Amino acid sequence: MRRAIHRRGDNQAVLEADDQQEPENAAGQSALTPWDRVKLARHPDRPHSLDYINELMTGFIELHGDRRYGDDQAIVGGIARFGDRTIIVLGHQKGADTKENIRRNFGMVRPEGYRKAERLMKHAEKFGIPVVTFIDTPGAEPGIGSEERGQGTAIAESLLTMADLKTPIVAVVIGEGGSGGALAIGMADRILMLENAVYAVASPEACAAILWKDAAKAPQAAATMRITANDLHGFGIIDEIVPEPSPAHENPQLTIAAVGMAVDRSLNALMKVVDQPSGLDRLMEQRYEKFRRIGEWSEAEETDRRADG
Amino acid sequence: MRSILHRGEKFQPLPTDDGRLDQQMPGGLWQKCPKCSELIYAKELENNLRVCPKCDHHFRLRARERIAQISDPKSFEEWDRDIQPTDPLQFEDGSGSYSEKLQATQQKSGELEALITGAATVDNRPIALAVADFDFLGASMGSVYGEKLTRAIERCAEIGMPLLTVNASGGARMHEGLFSLMQMAKTVAAFARLGEARVPHISLLADPCYGGVTASYATVADIILAEPGALVGFAGPRVIEQITKQKLPEGFQTAEFLLSHGMIDLIVDRTDLKRTLIELLNHYARVHQVDRGESIPWEPTFIEPQSSNGTGYEDAVPEYKRAAATGSGS
Repeated sequence: MRRAIHRRGDNQAVLEADDQQEPENAAGQSALTPWDRVKLARHPDRPHSLDYINELMTGFIELHGDRRYGDDQAIVGGIARFGDRTIIVLGHQKGADTKENIRRNFGMVRPEGYRKAERLMKHAEKFGIPVVTFIDTPGAEPGIGSEERGQGTAIAESLLTMADLKTPIVAVVIGEGGSGGALAIGMADRILMLENAVYAVASPEACAAILWKDAAKAPQAAATMRITANDLHGFGIIDEIVPEPSPAHENPQLTIAAVGMAVDRSLNALMKVVDQPSGLDRLMEQRYEKFRRIGEWSEAEETDRRADG
Repeated sequence: MRSILHRGEKFQPLPTDDGRLDQQMPGGLWQKCPKCSELIYAKELENNLRVCPKCDHHFRLRARERIAQISDPKSFEEWDRDIQPTDPLQFEDGSGSYSEKLQATQQKSGELEALITGAATVDNRPIALAVADFDFLGASMGSVYGEKLTRAIERCAEIGMPLLTVNASGGARMHEGLFSLMQMAKTVAAFARLGEARVPHISLLADPCYGGVTASYATVADIILAEPGALVGFAGPRVIEQITKQKLPEGFQTAEFLLSHGMIDLIVDRTDLKRTLIELLNHYARVHQVDRGESIPWEPTFIEPQSSNGTGYEDAVPEYKRAAATGSGS
């Protein structure tokens, strides 16, 4: 039980399988470098959370505010109908133009945004409604006000709430998965990721600035950080790659529909777990294990065990 | 005014500004306080727990120094000391590979990883410790940090031992990519279980604590303490300045700033830390006794202060050690 299951050997097998599949399902996109995908993930015409909500859901009522301080428009949330289910939907929201981007703070969430998300997740738990989140943020906002109002605490509390939220959660990385600001609404039972989305511990620019002392080395950083859907699926960190028939901004409808189908499949699978006797307990156990097993390390007694085997 | 430049210096991955190298005087007999420039006799500084006797500046501590300061002599029993980081991404930056950097850091720091965990007694009260070592890659949280902490939390939940985390970290370790980010989720999930078991988690924020550690388990503890003057925040001050083009207010992100904004419970002077811990442990032990009778697992190991040399202690330690040993196999 003390074994890390994501060993290099296991990963390699998965990675190779993915590589072989790639030419079929990515139709010419396989030559994209990680940096190309960063640019695609940030493309201004790429569909954002509200595009998915409006296209895939009906009767969306946006619910505002954290009841503490304000309403952060970098994150949207509300109650909606998705297929034959009522869901709580949350997403980082970037703007379509400069004016909207200023209002949305470029999708960089402040503490009140995470507290709104947390409030809506607890609302979902109360009524037994599943949660769907869309991840698309450069990161949590670095700012004086955000620090004064406890940016770190807000993210941590959101994680704590998700760790123990007794209702299914599905997260989809639709664009930029920017560090803790992304994870704060991403601690889900199923984590899906669009083919051209990226998910990283820091932006490639920040990583390059710190480790290369040169932000212009961002393309190199993007490559070594292993931030693509393929990499992360290989590591067992995300559960499913949602293919983009063509890059999402070129034909948004196709990508949005593919996301809708994948979310529906995931919700169905999770509801099947919940509907069994003590289903919620099992869901909680599975969520715990999902994150519990993530990590790679070496340990003296394990090397021995593997050598024996 | 405390200059911003000075603050920036604190963000070097391997700092030398804690008085260990550049402020150390020839022969190592005297050390210069970086805040008030007082020359302090090294022995006197050690005796004062590496707090400047003149201006109360708290020098940074290595993890093992901290453990020695808090725990009773020879009571610390380390957990999971053989677990080592690997290089899952085959990460390489301008200055070389992560594997090479790890080796060099391990040699220089004398530690295998940035987090040291184990059990000890504080004035004969059993307590688990998870202490970050800032000299190891800025005590950044990667797979091993997360795994060691999670094992410690799970053990504490099982045997009902209170846990003190000492947090001074640059955040998630970039060299392990999303593996590092996910340790935030993993450790917080484990702490949620510790909470369900109603075992207290005390978090001590020390200088400096940023990013993924501030945004995960360190700020959702039952009690959050901080050392005077410690810099604690989510985003680093340089990043905030660059992005907002605003001048940062004086005292921004200090422990005092956090206290006045309601983010922490208490600022504790290092020379008062042990006494505070003992008081807290006593309170929670009593709560558990009243609340849950004999069912709580760590009640039997609780010893009243006056019986510190009594037989109860010798009985108690083997018990938690036994529990810890069986807990580790799960």
